[in-house]
Amino acid sequence: MAWRIEIGLKKGSRDARGDRVRRELEQHFGLCLEDVRTLDVYTVDANLTDDELAAAAQGPFCDPVIQEASINRSLATDFDVLVEVGFRPGVTDNVGRTAREAIQHLTGRPFAPGEAVYTSVQYLLKGNLTKEQAHKVAADYLANELIQTCLVVSRAEFDSQSGMQVRIPKVTSGASVHIDEVDLDVADAVLLEISRERMLALSLREMQKIKSYFAQKEVIDTRRRVGLGDKLTDAELEALAQTWSEHCKHKIFSSRIDYQDETGTSETIDSIFKTYVVGATEAVRKKKGERDICLSVFKDNAGVIRFNDDWSLVFKVETHNSPSALDPYGGALTGIVGVNRDSFGTGQGASLLFNTDVFCFASPFFEDELPPRLLHPRRIFEGVVSGVEHGGNKSGIPTVNGSIVFHPRFLGKPLVYCGTGAIMPAVINGKPGHEKMSHKGDRIVMVGGRIGKDGIHGATFSSEELHEGSPVTAVQIGDPITQRRMFDFLLIARDRGLYNSITDNGAGGLSSSVGEMAEDTGGFELHLDCCPLKYSGLQPWEILISEAQERMTLAVPPDKIAEFLQLARDMEVEATDLGEFTDSGYFHCLYEGRTVTYLEMDFLHNGVPQMQVEARWQTCTASEPEFPPPADLAATLCAMLGRLNICSKESVVRRYDHEVKAGSVIKPLTGIDNDGPSDAAVIRPLSDTFEGVVVAHGICPRYSDIDSYHMMANAVDEALRNYVAVGGDVEHVAGLDNFCWCDPIRSEKNPEGAYKAAQLVRTNKALYDYCVAFEVPLISGKDSMKNDYQIGATKISIPPTVLFSVIGKINDVRRAVSMDVKQAGDLVYLLGRTRPELGGSEYYDLCGFLGRSVPEVDAAYARNLFTLINRAQQEGLIASCHDLSDGGLGVALAESAFAGGLGLEIDLGGITAAEAMRDDLLLFSETPSRFLVTVRPENHRRFESLFSRTDVSEIGNVLSNSHFIIKGRNGEALIRSDIHTLKQAWQAPLKGL
Amino acid sequence: MAKKVRAIIISGNGVNCEQEMALACRRGGADVVDIVHIGELLAGRAQLEDYHFLNFPGGFLDGDDLGSAKAGANRILHAAVRDREGRLAEQVQAFIADKKLIIGVCNGFQLMVKMGLLPALEGRYGDQSVTLTFNDCGRFEDRWTSLKVDPASPCVYTRGLENLYFPVRHGEGKFVVRSSEVLDQLEEKHLAVLKYTDPDFQAPTMEYPFNPNGSVGAVAGICDESGRLFGLMPHPEAYLYRTHHPRWTREPDLGEEGMGVGIFRNAVEYIRSTLL
Repeated sequence: MAWRIEIGLKKGSRDARGDRVRRELEQHFGLCLEDVRTLDVYTVDANLTDDELAAAAQGPFCDPVIQEASINRSLATDFDVLVEVGFRPGVTDNVGRTAREAIQHLTGRPFAPGEAVYTSVQYLLKGNLTKEQAHKVAADYLANELIQTCLVVSRAEFDSQSGMQVRIPKVTSGASVHIDEVDLDVADAVLLEISRERMLALSLREMQKIKSYFAQKEVIDTRRRVGLGDKLTDAELEALAQTWSEHCKHKIFSSRIDYQDETGTSETIDSIFKTYVVGATEAVRKKKGERDICLSVFKDNAGVIRFNDDWSLVFKVETHNSPSALDPYGGALTGIVGVNRDSFGTGQGASLLFNTDVFCFASPFFEDELPPRLLHPRRIFEGVVSGVEHGGNKSGIPTVNGSIVFHPRFLGKPLVYCGTGAIMPAVINGKPGHEKMSHKGDRIVMVGGRIGKDGIHGATFSSEELHEGSPVTAVQIGDPITQRRMFDFLLIARDRGLYNSITDNGAGGLSSSVGEMAEDTGGFELHLDCCPLKYSGLQPWEILISEAQERMTLAVPPDKIAEFLQLARDMEVEATDLGEFTDSGYFHCLYEGRTVTYLEMDFLHNGVPQMQVEARWQTCTASEPEFPPPADLAATLCAMLGRLNICSKESVVRRYDHEVKAGSVIKPLTGIDNDGPSDAAVIRPLSDTFEGVVVAHGICPRYSDIDSYHMMANAVDEALRNYVAVGGDVEHVAGLDNFCWCDPIRSEKNPEGAYKAAQLVRTNKALYDYCVAFEVPLISGKDSMKNDYQIGATKISIPPTVLFSVIGKINDVRRAVSMDVKQAGDLVYLLGRTRPELGGSEYYDLCGFLGRSVPEVDAAYARNLFTLINRAQQEGLIASCHDLSDGGLGVALAESAFAGGLGLEIDLGGITAAEAMRDDLLLFSETPSRFLVTVRPENHRRFESLFSRTDVSEIGNVLSNSHFIIKGRNGEALIRSDIHTLKQAWQAPLKGL
Repeated sequence: MAKKVRAIIISGNGVNCEQEMALACRRGGADVVDIVHIGELLAGRAQLEDYHFLNFPGGFLDGDDLGSAKAGANRILHAAVRDREGRLAEQVQAFIADKKLIIGVCNGFQLMVKMGLLPALEGRYGDQSVTLTFNDCGRFEDRWTSLKVDPASPCVYTRGLENLYFPVRHGEGKFVVRSSEVLDQLEEKHLAVLKYTDPDFQAPTMEYPFNPNGSVGAVAGICDESGRLFGLMPHPEAYLYRTHHPRWTREPDLGEEGMGVGIFRNAVEYIRSTLL
């Protein structure tokens, strides 16, 4: 029996959700409504008495002070059109899950299989609008039809049907379990057809490799012995496709590349991953010798470095671009809770410490016509920000560092980078915390959420460009609370020594997690029919590769399994024994006793053929622009401060809890009004020591269109600059590289592929060169290679982008430095040398140019400067320190001044520049490795002598009033403004979002 | 053996601030500080009667899916304790009857309000007369707020404290009352312990963002008539050290100890003087 419970606000209670909808409809759709109110609807499909139902409606579902509840009676009144938004069958409904648990607590008995609570939200729109307009609002704003359904009902319809009917979005599948066999003894064209139809994303070479492997006599004989036929099963083919996917295997980073530079000189690179990424880390570790901080690199879910003798730090950054393009909220939420699992599941398990997030979007104010299937960037912005907000805040993990980067080509695919740092004891149960090993005979245990069709083909889907047939099942919605319960439980299980190994279920699901853990023992036996399912009707192959969220896989020794499962039950966590790790050499899955996969582990993990890639570099043909300097530089500075890449992101930052866990030392917002932009985050993870963790990042996609080599170099420098500015120790820092590329494989529909591949090679060369020069080891990273949009004739490829994140240490957090000027009379210094480097800069872009003079990094020079800054910080000589990045000196001066609430008087004549430069170029050049520093007058001698062998320019002083004055090199005032005007320009653009 | 002040911090199902609440209790002088998963209480392996000071920390109980702390309140009110007579709610009632101390911060405050533990006018524990709902700005926000203590309040936690500066980090912190009589009684009895003020701590304010959520009467925290039960939206456990202050790099005169410690020290001292 199903009931419909509606919860509405009592008269006189403010409907904040409805008000927000009304405001946004007006802002974004120009639709002025009189009123928007909302109702919560719970559809309860369970066997309950009337009293039990009433107790639920009046109890957990309703707040008696402000709400009222009704059962099977509509509360909707006084509206013109109503829109009810609910989930499609099978989509994760977190509120529904909590409602079910609440009823169970109330009645003291569990729901029967198939019983559930489904939730929806009803929007009551009052005002002058047609049903068609309501449909448009529903589709474009209130609901995402990939995962939600919406019902639009006019007042007349509502009255004639006397209210709303009960609808149950239950998954109904009559499909009986069957195992399909796939005949690969077919022509090449058919092989490709199989790959396409089944969404396998396997190339012809890969299909042929599989075909020839399974044609071998010994393989056939072995298969027959376990009851399989000569043909592959669907589960086997899916497991291979998943394991061999670009997403999991990084085939492009492992490929053999034939690279030709602009002079025609050729070079063959056997795996850019091994050559440059791993190569850089090996070189740095060797160079640092005893000072090496790496503990676990590239082999686990996340990288691990030393923090101190007792603790180690874990860091991982992921991207979740393709899902976020389809469902920004669910995609981003899944991104953050997914990377949480990566860091949690590293070594024997780690406690989560912080999140970071970096987004790349097109302008939220985009006004042209949208290509089909793309969501408006404003919607992506709002959805992604809310997703990460819910993922981070609800999980109780502070979001400490991030940024939002705008570029028109991110319209084709938004980039959503989510990172998570964690801390683990250096030694757990007598073993190094960062090491784990599953043993033969260990039970395979799955913990956390249940398996549904969500996220099937996520791994293969993200290995393709976004196209017409992109599957909706690739979209998932994360559930932070189920995950939080699981983590609480697992940390206790870890400390009690109840498991040997742990990993998360991300891309590829069980196929990937169990397959990887079984590499320790050399095989496994997994019973797919034992897996807990969200609903019936899943085929064995779907169970195997589903990417349903909030699941970890563990290796539990047989003598600990009972204790492990009991602890899980006490903590309201589902844990299921699914089989055993073996040394059979086989990836062996069964369903009700019947073998459904029997794959040789070696073939599965090492069988994928190496890809061949062609890379052809061409130098950029853009030239340096010539244009007159602006007449009013004060207005230009305001325009620069109001640019999307520079302006305040406070409206987003405040939505993230950035101080839960009480570790924050340098918060993302700083200064006299707590609203200036910090360069990096400092947190103190342990209350018994003043040692701190420093987190920062660099990202410079605008430079890629000139030369991606320098894009990478600048990203490394920017990350370290930010890191050093707050006090991070340049001797104790590690990096993570996250590549987001556009398709680098040349083909008929992708003629620029070879150039993009060359960009990739050059970027990796820079990554190697600068990591080695800066002595920064890489500890983890990821690549996402198909960030293109192609439907019909429209193709949009993102600018090649690398997020370079760093994590490191400050020995005493009390020596950390913030970016805001502190006190009138303090002296202002520019550290570093300024060159006319504006190619790809914000200033050139403002003026409508790309330019050619992309900033270049001198690593030896920079490293020396960083070391000296560290020393000055330790001596307490620096009152404020701000890195120069987008918008150069002009922007840094304004930000430091208004963050500190004090004016500045600056003379550009004091600057050490490499050559004579125009004032506007001097102000906005983006030459790297530069800092704006203020120093108390009593410290200036010591400060200047410390920097005497590098470029230190005294350029002015901090004022006691709000004037902001910059004199040009000829001594005349260039800019006369005040910090309030500048701050207003900087805060305005994104304030309302 | 000297008697010990024993504090319990409830964790689990979306509680997030248990570590810093425990630290706050320790810094406030509690001798025994245990973080206990609610599953342990429901399994009967831990009981409230062994403690003097019950802490409900911030977080998102059950994701706040049914409204902040609603499902969490439902669990404590209705879930049975294994192998024991009765429910957890009865242990909470006994705790109150024994004149012990309970504090709820943020989600913990929401929980206490929705269980009817605050303000429990005229001792009617279980009767919900106020609530915390969505911020007027419609968003979750993290920002520091200036707060003023009502010096005439019976609240044992704020004795001797005057101006406080703590962050709020919530989406549902707007304090609302069932009727104007409830607000009148709160004011009359000095139960509206903490109010949001302008940045200079001059007067209670309704102005955003100083009153960050639109709370009526600028109320940020309330106590019951005994003064032993206290709930507040701002996070005292977020300001335990100088370096927690958002402007510690520019305000040299800040003390090494954060303002939040005082709240917990008062609780511990009260227990030492009246319950041990």
